[in-house]
Formats: sequence, C-alpha cells, structure tokens
Amino acid sequence: MFCEKAIELIRELHRMSDGQLPAFNEDGLRQVLQEMEALYEQNQSDVNEAKSEGRAELIPSIKLRHCCLLRNQRCVTAYLYDRLLRIRALRWEYGSVLPPNIRFHMCAEELQWFGQYKKSLASFMRSLGGEEGLDITQDMKPPKSLYIEVRCLKDHGEFEIDDGTVILLKKNSQHFLPRWKCEQLIRQGVLEHVVS
Amino acid sequence: MDTHSYLPVQPGVGMEENFLSLDDILLSHERLPIRADIAFPRLGFLEKSSDTQDIAEGTKMELPLWLSKGLYERKRRVLSVELPKVYREGWRTVFNADPNVVDLHKMGPYYYSLGSQMLHFDSPENPDIAQTLLQTFIGRFRRTMDSSQNAYNEDMSALVERLDSLEKGLFRSGQSGLNSFQSWEKGQATQLTASSLVLNYRKRKITDIQS
Repeated sequence: MFCEKAIELIRELHRMSDGQLPAFNEDGLRQVLQEMEALYEQNQSDVNEAKSEGRAELIPSIKLRHCCLLRNQRCVTAYLYDRLLRIRALRWEYGSVLPPNIRFHMCAEELQWFGQYKKSLASFMRSLGGEEGLDITQDMKPPKSLYIEVRCLKDHGEFEIDDGTVILLKKNSQHFLPRWKCEQLIRQGVLEHVVS
Repeated sequence: MDTHSYLPVQPGVGMEENFLSLDDILLSHERLPIRADIAFPRLGFLEKSSDTQDIAEGTKMELPLWLSKGLYERKRRVLSVELPKVYREGWRTVFNADPNVVDLHKMGPYYYSLGSQMLHFDSPENPDIAQTLLQTFIGRFRRTMDSSQNAYNEDMSALVERLDSLEKGLFRSGQSGLNSFQSWEKGQATQLTASSLVLNYRKRKITDIQS
C-alpha cells in the first residue's frame, strides 16, 4: 500500500507524546519524497495516455494516486510542523542555548529556524517594558519573594550574581540566591528549589 | 503544576479532521472494508490476494479511511464502504445495553472519531450510528469524569486501558487539574520545579550510556 513510509514518520512523533524531539528522519523523508515522485510520474504518463487515446477508464486510478500524493503531502507537512512546535518548546524549557545532544537531533534548516525564533523572541522582549526590556520567559509562576533557597544537584562550576560575588555551585551545597538568577538553572535540573 | 510549552495540534471535533493533527492522521489510517464499484486499472498490486494487473470491478478489499474518503463520491458510485463490525447492528445493541462494560481501546482506539468519520459515507444506518455514539459517550462519561476528578495518587491503569483515545484525553486533563489543585492546597504550587522535558531527556541519556 502507498503512504506506509509517511505514516511511519507520524508514528515516530506520536510515540514521544511528551514533546521530546526524536532525531530528524532524513532517510524516511527521502523515501516518502521518492514515492511521491514515482506516483507523479505514473500519473503523468497515464494522464497523457488517457488524453491522447481517450481511455477514460484510467481516470479512477489517476485519482487514487492523486489521493496518495495529497496524503503524503499532509503527512510530511504535519511531521515538519509538529517538530517545529517541539523545537519552539525547547526554547522555553532550556533557554537560548541547547545542549549538544538535542542540537544533534535537528537538521540544518531546523537549526536555522531555531536561531531565527530566538532572535524574534529576543527583539520582542527588548521592545517591552521600557529601556531594559522584559524577559517573559522568567517568573512563569508568580514569585513570593525575591530570594529563594536552592540546593545544587550537580557540580556546575562558578556562578556570578548581580552584585559581583562569585559563588561555587558544588553538588549538595545550599545557597540563598536571587530568584530570577536561578529560575533557568532549576528548570534545567541543575538546582533544586528548597521550600521549608 | 505542570507547565508544558509543547502543545500538539489538537484533533478535530465531530466530523471535521484537523489537517496537521497527528492523532487525526493516525485515525484516518484505520482500515475500512470496501467494495470497488468500478475497475482501477494497473493497480492490481495493491490487492495482495490476487495477481491480476487491475483491481477488477466488485473486488472486496480494505482501504484506509483517507483513501476511501478521497475516492468516495455521492453522485457516482466509485466504491461502497461497508461498516466495520463495531458499528453494526449487533454491536450497537451491546453498546446500548451497557456502554460501561466494553473495552473501547480494543475496539478502537478511535471509536468515537472513526464512528463520526463513517457519517461521511451515505448509509441508511447513519442516524442510528450517530445516536449510539452519543449514548455510549454519555453512558461512560460519568464514570470517567468521576474517577479522573477523585482518584488521587491511585493506580487507575485498569480503568484507563479500556478508554477510547478521546476519553483518555479527558481523563488526563481531569487528573492534571486534580494534581494541580492538590499541590496548591499543600502550598507546593509556588515551588519551582525542573521541566519534565529536561528530566525525561536525562532518563534516556543514562540508558544510552548503559547500552
């Protein structure tokens, strides 16, 4: 049956429904495009035959192949679009720098798209809130206090806070830090928020 | 509280399909029994059981929903779509008797959506199918909602595995509402937590190293 390769792509994304980004399936995509090319060529030759020799009985087959072309198109579009949604989510979860193992799963065009998304988000945030701009990825939950108690879950090296003090983020050490400085590190799982 | 920045494209409602929704694409891959009312020349290889060159008129075969929908025409008879078993009279009686006992995951898992899609094809049974779908949903909804709103920290897998994909989605949003409310009551709502996406990635990384 036609379009089996395309549904494989969709299944691959559907299996990871929590939003993880699987590796870009360049091979699968190419096979779908090859199938589409073959379908198109067969249709072209059948259309020519139907026209020149007046063989109207070929038309149902042409229509069937055309449906398959449209179906493949739908699957590929949905595949690429859903990946973009996932990549966009990464910007909010990880911040502007992605870990290398995730970058590895993206194709060149997706990396480029991510860069541009980052840029437009940054210029939007600069345009907000007067001179300094407003970081809208901060304070996803309304803050109760400006400083919070955090515990390090792994060694992260030195870390500088606003007033210039440098602290060493060592595994199992506990610190009292400005909330806005740690929010991203907490989301990345480097720090843990301690509520007493 | 779960904040998810990845929101997949939602499936369409009722008879509509959402073009980019992964769920709807998988739904439209479900196979339907059909009968070809005209011949399809040079496509015999699609029908595994015979090795003729063409699909002859009157051949009975299975086609995915998307293809049947694309080829189906009301005015001209190209193919006639037969009802899958679970929507036929016999099963409808079962659903009408007690919708709670059936395992919709096994029957579907897209029982409601596929049923609504069947309404695209002309059939005298359509009003009955629609009515059964609705009554089945109503009959099961109370139990689904009740357990999703009240079972906190309990193993619900025995109930969940019998739900249709639509009901599963409803169950999940009920549970996430319940969980957020409980964590708010305990004063944990203000605690910052690591993103679940990041945590899942890390889990996988460890297994990568082991293998």
